[in-house]
Amino acid sequence: MPKLTIDGREIEVEAGTTIIQAADLLGIEIPRFCYHERLAIAGNCRMCLVEVEKMPKPAASCAMPVGEGMVVKTNTPAVRKARQGVMEFLLLNHPLDCPICDQGGECDLQDQAMAYGSDKNRCQEGKRAVPDKDYGPLVQTMMTRCIQCTRCVRFISEIAGTPVLGGLGRGEHLEISRYVNAAVSSELSGNLIDLCPVGALTNKPASYTYRAWELKKTESVDAMDALGSAIRVDTRGNEVIRILPRVAEDVNEEWLSDRSRFACDGLKRQRLDKPYVRKDGKLVPATWNEAFAAIAAKVKAAGTKVAAIAGDQADAETMVAYKDLLAALGSQAVDCRQDGAKLDASVRASYLFNSTAAGIEEADALLIVGSNPRKENPVLNARIRKRWQKGGFKVARIGHKGDLTYKYEHLGDDASILKAVAEGKHPFFEVLKNAKKPALIIGQGALSRADGAVLLGLARKLADAAGLVRDGWNGFNVLHTAAARVGGLDLGFVPGQGWRDVDHIVDGAHKGDIQVLFLIGADEVDMKALGEAFVVYQGSHGDAGAHRADVILPGAAYTEKSATFVNLEGRAQQTRLAVFPPGEAKEDWRIVRALSEALGKPLPYDSLKAVRERLAKASPVFAAIGQVVPAAWGAAFGAEGSLGDGALVSNVDNFYQTDPISRASKTMAECTAAFGGGCNHKHKKTGTHG
Amino acid sequence: MLRDSDRIFTNLYGFHDWHLKGAMARGDWNGTKDILAKGRDWIIEEMKNSGLRGRGGAGFPTGVKWSFMPKTEGPRPHYLVINADEGEPGTCKDREMMRFDPHKLIEGALIACFAIGAHAAYIYIRGEFVREAEHLNIAIDEARAAGLLGPNACGSGWDCEVYVHRGAGAYICGEESALIESLEGKKGQPRLKPPFPAGVGLYGCPTTVNNVESIAVAPTILRRGAAWFAGLGKPNNTGTKVFCISGHVNTPCNVEEEMGIPLKELIEKHAGGVRGGWDNLLAVIPGGSSVPMLTKQQCEEVTMDFDALRAMRSGLGTAAVMVMDKSTDLVRAIHRLSRFYWHESCGQCTPCREGTGWMSRMMGRMVTGDAELSEIDLLEEISRQIEGHTICALGDAAAWPIQGLIRAFRPEMERRILDRQAKTQAA
Repeated sequence: MPKLTIDGREIEVEAGTTIIQAADLLGIEIPRFCYHERLAIAGNCRMCLVEVEKMPKPAASCAMPVGEGMVVKTNTPAVRKARQGVMEFLLLNHPLDCPICDQGGECDLQDQAMAYGSDKNRCQEGKRAVPDKDYGPLVQTMMTRCIQCTRCVRFISEIAGTPVLGGLGRGEHLEISRYVNAAVSSELSGNLIDLCPVGALTNKPASYTYRAWELKKTESVDAMDALGSAIRVDTRGNEVIRILPRVAEDVNEEWLSDRSRFACDGLKRQRLDKPYVRKDGKLVPATWNEAFAAIAAKVKAAGTKVAAIAGDQADAETMVAYKDLLAALGSQAVDCRQDGAKLDASVRASYLFNSTAAGIEEADALLIVGSNPRKENPVLNARIRKRWQKGGFKVARIGHKGDLTYKYEHLGDDASILKAVAEGKHPFFEVLKNAKKPALIIGQGALSRADGAVLLGLARKLADAAGLVRDGWNGFNVLHTAAARVGGLDLGFVPGQGWRDVDHIVDGAHKGDIQVLFLIGADEVDMKALGEAFVVYQGSHGDAGAHRADVILPGAAYTEKSATFVNLEGRAQQTRLAVFPPGEAKEDWRIVRALSEALGKPLPYDSLKAVRERLAKASPVFAAIGQVVPAAWGAAFGAEGSLGDGALVSNVDNFYQTDPISRASKTMAECTAAFGGGCNHKHKKTGTHG
Repeated sequence: MLRDSDRIFTNLYGFHDWHLKGAMARGDWNGTKDILAKGRDWIIEEMKNSGLRGRGGAGFPTGVKWSFMPKTEGPRPHYLVINADEGEPGTCKDREMMRFDPHKLIEGALIACFAIGAHAAYIYIRGEFVREAEHLNIAIDEARAAGLLGPNACGSGWDCEVYVHRGAGAYICGEESALIESLEGKKGQPRLKPPFPAGVGLYGCPTTVNNVESIAVAPTILRRGAAWFAGLGKPNNTGTKVFCISGHVNTPCNVEEEMGIPLKELIEKHAGGVRGGWDNLLAVIPGGSSVPMLTKQQCEEVTMDFDALRAMRSGLGTAAVMVMDKSTDLVRAIHRLSRFYWHESCGQCTPCREGTGWMSRMMGRMVTGDAELSEIDLLEEISRQIEGHTICALGDAAAWPIQGLIRAFRPEMERRILDRQAKTQAA
């Protein structure tokens, strides 16, 4: 452990640490543009120069490893002069259009120029202009502002694994560009905007609509996929302007997927802002009381023939309230698995991503079954790629063959291959068995098949046979795509013994055995199959469910309420209210509470605190906010039986549109048009396909 | 003056056969096996004792550089990379060596490979050197056919292959780490140091990068002994060196001479003197375009070696002597060099990317005097803002000629500005 002195303060750090990291530990600020702690070191901006004793030239502190007895000075006149020089060069060809630049107010260059810039320009020559590039519907380019720090180049090739950017030309003519002028087709492209230290890459959908200092910032949690990334919701008035990631080392590091970031314009469209009741075949606006009265009439007649299906973005509070309400009505026909996934709520370890997101970086062998992590969870996929880059990591996949941004062995797409691996008849079984920390990821594409329970059973068998669960390691991972799913399973939003699951609820509705069906933001069930059932849709968006509904109860989206979601690792997290729900829409659990009153079965809680106490009773997971509550391995799960035909495919076909919010988003529609959905289609048209 | 018997490059002018037969007749490949038999440590020690300093410009002792390589080969192979991307304006020594004495380089490559524990050497040759690359490839084939190269080279038991890789025309690829990047198939941009190539070089493996001349003289040094080489030249600046004399001299030439020969003697004896006589001399750039120029007065006494030129605040560089007589528009000449560096900057680091263009444009105005007097100081300051603040030495190389001009010929620059101002006022 070398010991060094920075500005007269001693610090002992691990060998291999760079000066800038050591200075960061001491809280000594060194200005930087190209350096980013999660990217490879480029050392090209030269802003972080410091003086090191016995070195003839100033050293780039981001690239210089510390040495024993090193004496570093960061605040001498020579250092200041060097940084002023670099700043002068950076501003030489920078347009200084801060007043119209979206980065203004949160720009590294602007901030550093306050410290090291001059108030006058000594250069009489003209400025360089660079043609803008078209990076697609998400990233706005203004390449004249670019300071060639290459953070974007490094991110897109190292983290995102889609090396499409690079520097073209040299010297003053160096431009960051694609080799061909085409959109940046990465599911993580939005992070380029955060990384760009200047206004060269900005948020295209939100461009020219805000100034950074006007925005109110609310720290919250994402509900667009099952990872539950830490986000910051930036709002102005009652409008979500943009969504940014926050640092959460164990969850999303500091990345955010494009859907989570850019679908926020969907929060303003297709919103259900007042209750509706269907009269003479048409949905007409109604008051809350009218809506409740209409429901009450039907529920009274239905007796116990009521059921509820929770969608992918239903929060735990709402689900528990509905569960309790239906129980009071005498029904336990509730299900949170609207896609019919054969998940077993009774064994918690059977539906969690047990290794945890950060833990996947420790794995040394991985089998992916019926999942496309790149499309289902790009941020988690970046973790897998990060692990893969370190080497010594064997990945195999059963399912559709496509680019996951890392190399893997494609074992085929037939479910029988999983059987062969589980029974030790496939060479990859030995790979898993001989690995120190083997892992498996099974996706919803596999589990929502008719033979999903058999596949889950095979996965369990493999886990036991290959030793996926060992001392201090559980490599059995279920990759969820719905933010609501784990929370629903944890609180038991599944049918009671002998009650109908989602398939039978739909079937029952079709046959008239279910007379009242509550859809809690559930839009993926087959609406045409619901027969004559009286459908109550509670949700935020006018999607498939609302079109079929007989009564619409307008709810709040995840940015408009304080709600609990449990992520795929089993980590309960709470969103915060950033804006109010539109119109008459209400926080979802309150609607259920009010409905229960109208139905004459008032729920025993009437404050958020009380609901959360109820949740904590349902499962201790809900009492440990922010922490992963691990699950015990032991009880059997899954089923035995014969496997069905057909290839294993992911359940996410179009990454950009998976839920009511993203389907309402114009930006996501543009992305679908630009990048195309259909990652499950085997044969994409190539232009030369004949 | 160097005795003919002490010359290393005996076919520098291409008067003799450059093929294997001719090369062997001149002593190449003579006793190579015996040299290798003396072992790695002996070779490196002998190279250190010879005092040979790298001939590519920086003058780092070659033997010391070789000794930085790991002593034993680990899981990563070692590589020798020979820098034949000779692009420094004014320099044309490596080209002649490769064209007329390719076997010296090939033999040197084998010995250097053996000394650093490498089984492969890459010669990264400037793309424009078409004939030279052809000659090298033919020479490699000849040597292989004769069993001097390839498996069990020269019967020494050491396997060694030499490959020729042609560059694509970027000056920056002559910088050793940019050269490695380019050799790997990437964009030729210098790497950060540390790590140095001896630790992490080509494909992340221990690598030594040497100039053509440094490698080509090694066999002769080892054959004739370190003492012989160290006896030539001056202390710390030993041996012989090929000088490239160009510009306003009567007979521009490449010539092998002892290190430390007085500049005046070099020009008068080998290049037929300055055009119009010594008194017609205005300035000399003594070591390729990157080094600051010398005034006539300095040229009177300076000797051509690393230390003496450093003392004059210039440098030996590649020993490319560019002579400029009084007909030269010095400001314009330096403007041209400045444009060269602007054009060749790789664009990676901020000071060089942005600063070379600024300096070059200012220099352009200095040529016509379309500037303010205070801009001379500004120009000097900008050059200091670039110098030493970049990853590689291109930033320094762009700054030094301008600093040299200002140091030596500031009155000329001022005169132009004042003349122009006077003309403008008169108009």
